[in-house]
Amino acid sequence: MNSVIFLTIVLLALSSYFFGRKKAILIQSNKRLTALPKFYGYYLAIWCGAPAFLLYALWSIFEPSIVRFFILSDYSSQGLLEGELNLFYEKVKSLSRNQYSGELTAELQRSAEKYLNFRDIAKWSKVVIVLSLLIASTGYAYTKISNNTKTREPVEIFLKGVFFLSSLAAILTTIGIIFSLLFQTIEFFQVIPLFDFVFGMHWYPAKAFVRDASEALDPSMYSDTFGAVPIFAGTFFIALIAMCVAIPIGLLSGIYMAEYASKRLRQYAKPVIEILAGIPTVVYGFFAALTVGPFLKDLGLSLGLEVSAESALAAGGVMGIMIIPFISSLSDDVITSVPQNLRDGSYAMGATKSETIKRVIFPAALPGIVGSILLGVSRAIGETMIVVMASGLAANLTLNPLESTSTITAQIVVILIGDQQFGDPKTQAAFALGLSLFIVTLVLNIVALSVVKKYREKYE
Amino acid sequence: MNKIEAKNVDVYYGAKQALFDINMDIEANKVTALIGPSGCGKSTFLRCLNRMNDVIDICKVSGVVKINDYDINQKDTDVVRLREKVGMIFQKPNPFPKTIYENISYGPEIHGIAQSKSEMDNIVEESLRKAALWEEVKDRIHEPGTGLSGGQQQRLCIARTISIKPEVILMDEPCSALDPIATAQIEELIDELRKEHTIIIVTHSMSQAARVSQNTGFFHLGKLIEVGSTDKIFKNPAQQQTQDYITGRFG
Repeated sequence: MNSVIFLTIVLLALSSYFFGRKKAILIQSNKRLTALPKFYGYYLAIWCGAPAFLLYALWSIFEPSIVRFFILSDYSSQGLLEGELNLFYEKVKSLSRNQYSGELTAELQRSAEKYLNFRDIAKWSKVVIVLSLLIASTGYAYTKISNNTKTREPVEIFLKGVFFLSSLAAILTTIGIIFSLLFQTIEFFQVIPLFDFVFGMHWYPAKAFVRDASEALDPSMYSDTFGAVPIFAGTFFIALIAMCVAIPIGLLSGIYMAEYASKRLRQYAKPVIEILAGIPTVVYGFFAALTVGPFLKDLGLSLGLEVSAESALAAGGVMGIMIIPFISSLSDDVITSVPQNLRDGSYAMGATKSETIKRVIFPAALPGIVGSILLGVSRAIGETMIVVMASGLAANLTLNPLESTSTITAQIVVILIGDQQFGDPKTQAAFALGLSLFIVTLVLNIVALSVVKKYREKYE
Repeated sequence: MNKIEAKNVDVYYGAKQALFDINMDIEANKVTALIGPSGCGKSTFLRCLNRMNDVIDICKVSGVVKINDYDINQKDTDVVRLREKVGMIFQKPNPFPKTIYENISYGPEIHGIAQSKSEMDNIVEESLRKAALWEEVKDRIHEPGTGLSGGQQQRLCIARTISIKPEVILMDEPCSALDPIATAQIEELIDELRKEHTIIIVTHSMSQAARVSQNTGFFHLGKLIEVGSTDKIFKNPAQQQTQDYITGRFG
């Protein structure tokens, strides 16, 4: 029913565009219009669709609580608690859907009938009221259309409003996410001391599983459970390995593409490198887990080294390959955008190509290159799938790239996989980790921006 | 004595011929101006003299360009050595994104001219003095060269070029991006530089050609129409086309 109303509004608004335009064109035949005929069309379409849609949306939002109020108005006077009322209302609703399997009382049955009745009334009055508003507003606007109706301004104001609401939605969602992270994190730190989280050396969230649900929360049993040092260290360690792979290869291939490769080669090779960026990370993940990991293990065996099948090196290395196209493609772009006259100036001094690249082009392109590297770092820190699949889930505190280690993102996956209970420290730990990750990435971005800005100021 | 001799020089950009059979001699320690309407090939000819056309993929040069009696268009010419001897100033000032000091020390460093820090300091100071920039920047030679004004940047580029003591300096409309005062400073400088260097300057301004040069060549549609002493070209040109251009009837 809802979708039918929605579609009707959309279709009527679309067709009113043509009516508005047509009327304007008719007027145009003997009088001068103040705007192009299409603006009259938009004007009518907005008057047709916007008020009806707004009413429809508001109705849909408030209908359930109004129906609930009417159904429960008989019972709220009996001094029932809020929880009991809720339970009763849920029973009524499931009975009305014929899905109730509990004890039937006369009261319940009566309420269910009343509920169905109300729903029907609400449904049909919604259709009637929304459509009559639509007809009224469209008719009002249609009769108002004359040669000197102001149509351009209302249309522009309406569009401005649409743009404003879209950006408002984006901003509010961001703020909402941050606050939900924040509140859950605060609850988490009411059980686990902040100090233990930030400086604790042991991360065994599985320990929190063992607790019997009926047992009271005892903070002391969580000591040595949520110490985040090993996973922070693991995150930065794997990111470091990834950047050791991605920066040299990405940067040098970017320089080659920008300065040495012929136009033809560049035309074909660049898209090939960029394909790397389009491979889903889960594919990289099993590539790391099934190919690179065992290969490193065998290689280690032949060299007499003990290599874990799930190693930080495998995950970091493959992650580095994943990041190559970001650094290569972006640094290629910034190097290409260095003005030709700087190159000419250097060549005219008798500098060779490599001297020119090293001493003139690279410094000129550095802000952009730093930016691309920091972008790569935030990708590395936020990458989840490769670590989950290739580096294991045990949060070892180690600096040996041949052992397995874990990262923030991988641990969030570990915590939230399977059954979990809201309001439990174990679940809330995921929010704390998420917030830390958010802060790290934010700081990284701020640092990147200020580095780039400082450098720009120096040389522009 | 002729410093540069160009014989039968043709230049093509892809299939399009840009220069037709140019023959021109350039005297040492004089300023030679190349004038002509836009697109006439004067800048292309200038870029033949230090093989800057090599940088452009589709550009093909044929003919002989002799500098000090050595043909620079041979296959085994060392372009690095050539450009050390033939410096170039561009239309738009193009200081490197480095400090003033590093801008000047760039050439001596890549050619291994200075042996010590103090020697480099001397080269930097001497070059800046010769480019009439020392007094203005001596307190901030470790600040970025890009922070200077347009005229100062162009003089910085001149200082950068003369730091490796080239025998020839090519100037491609060096004043077209500058205001009249900066232009006057550069023109004065050109006259000064003539004592030690041979200068070839491409210019759009006929009054500038008349002011700074001893010899002038007039290009039109890829051909060298007339070349001779500036006095003769401006007062008594042999060709009607030159006469028309000088008097402003076209171009």
